[in-house]
Amino acid sequence: MTPSSKLTSLHEAIARGVADGSTIVLGAGLEACIPFAAGHEIMRQRKRGLTLVGPISDILFDQLIGAGCVRAVRAAWVGNVITGSGYNFRRAVESGRIAVEDHSNLTLALALRAGAMGVPFLPTRTALGSDLFASNAHLKSITCPFTAERLTAVAAIVPDVAILHVQRADAAGHAHLWGNFGVTREAGLASQHVIVCAEEIVAAEVIARDPNRVVLPGFRVNAVVHAPWGAHPSPMPGHYNRDHELFLSYQRESQTPEGFAAWQARWVDAVQTSADYLALLGAERAARLALAHHDYSEAVDYGY
Amino acid sequence: MATEAQTRSYTPAELMVAAAAREIGDGEVVFVGMRLPLLGFQLAKRTHAPGAIGIYELGIIRSTPAPEPILTMGDLPNLCRAQWLADTLDVMSLLQRGDIHVSFIGGAQVDRFGNLNTSYIGGMAPGRIETRLPGSGGACDLASLAGRHIIIMPHEKRRFVPRVDYITSPGYGDGAGWRQRAGLTGGGPAAVITTLGVLRFDPDTGEMMLASVHPGVTVEQILAATGWPLRVAPQVTQTPEPTAEALAILRHFDPQGFWTGS
Repeated sequence: MTPSSKLTSLHEAIARGVADGSTIVLGAGLEACIPFAAGHEIMRQRKRGLTLVGPISDILFDQLIGAGCVRAVRAAWVGNVITGSGYNFRRAVESGRIAVEDHSNLTLALALRAGAMGVPFLPTRTALGSDLFASNAHLKSITCPFTAERLTAVAAIVPDVAILHVQRADAAGHAHLWGNFGVTREAGLASQHVIVCAEEIVAAEVIARDPNRVVLPGFRVNAVVHAPWGAHPSPMPGHYNRDHELFLSYQRESQTPEGFAAWQARWVDAVQTSADYLALLGAERAARLALAHHDYSEAVDYGY
Repeated sequence: MATEAQTRSYTPAELMVAAAAREIGDGEVVFVGMRLPLLGFQLAKRTHAPGAIGIYELGIIRSTPAPEPILTMGDLPNLCRAQWLADTLDVMSLLQRGDIHVSFIGGAQVDRFGNLNTSYIGGMAPGRIETRLPGSGGACDLASLAGRHIIIMPHEKRRFVPRVDYITSPGYGDGAGWRQRAGLTGGGPAAVITTLGVLRFDPDTGEMMLASVHPGVTVEQILAATGWPLRVAPQVTQTPEPTAEALAILRHFDPQGFWTGS
């Protein structure tokens, strides 16, 4: 019996999967595999009142905030990795338009891991004595029942939606991811509804032949979207390098609300499909970002 | 001063990276941060610490320099033939269980006990926030849990304050014994490498002390750029200049001077 296809368009996946007011984890790969195409679709559909969850987010959170989609952020870091501040984030926090729950990378990873494990919290030794406790009500200082040591309890986060960008998936939602994972596995397992965006849609057999590379069980995936170049400008192992120039130009162009509006009009609102996006990017730029050196792993034997 | 600086064959950032690299011992496990430490680790690997192992919060471990220059730790050359590609929680767990000797973090605001703020300037209460900074990332974890951590930041009076507005990454709190009382298992800050000098901490009091001044910088300049009466170590030295070999390596890894340009 073949499982029914979960393949859908990006528009449908976001329209059906992301309700106004929902809590959504994005950018779980930290610097890599950030689902920019899906984030831009959220902006185009004018979703409102979202709570964003993610470790460092690079510039995607800043864009969603600038587009007015966001009510709150639960994150360790929001900005532009190679330049520093995210200006929409700064403006929104400084004017009190959005609420922030401050995490570290470890507390955020543990919050999602607790969600994935189905427990209310997990203990850690990080952040003791820091002011993260003052700007994050979901961190509490506790005493270990076994050793009497002071520990930090991190409350579970169970997002409504996770959007994960991967190299390849089959129609039933079995997905291969390689590279460093960040908190991708925690994000997928913790969330109620999972949307997988993939550079390639492949036959089920391609995935099944390498089960160690499957990022989460297919039955936990609700929608599969073919999204080539969907993580650009973040790097996608096996597909394309990081587009540093876009991060630099975004830093320049998002310094004022008007500048950001013009950026959004060009890079988000004027785009409908991945073909539109690639045309905007240009063949020459895409070729520059493509892998120049391939380095294939050895095949492994799963036989019996 | 300006003329003296102009005759030098290196930039202030190159001097800082070289100083950062010297903090890494051969064979140590290093949690490598963003920006200048990225280069400091590559430099240490190619010179005095070939046995150092680099760990990156994205979930990367590598004991070899990346095959090509990288601008950030997530660049694909940093993944190619890495020793381990894993989850962020895996590398953070290594940190928590005490496997990391040294780590590097940047700061926006620091105080006399090495507490670091990269979150809120002014304060975190609504109406008090003058500047919202990006936040902790992994910095709070490194400051909490690494064997020791090194802070790298510009030396300005507005950044070197008696008490930070918000503790993102704990240093020695309000002095000796504070980290133990808080329950922190990491050793705390070992050095602050700035644009003007290198500062270390008095083991008895946890207070920052001036240890070395960069070439062309005076002790008085540093005191004037520090927002509290800074203690000066009995034997203040001059920070060593980067060697020609170090500069050649740095320029290989940062060919456009993105991080180390003037």
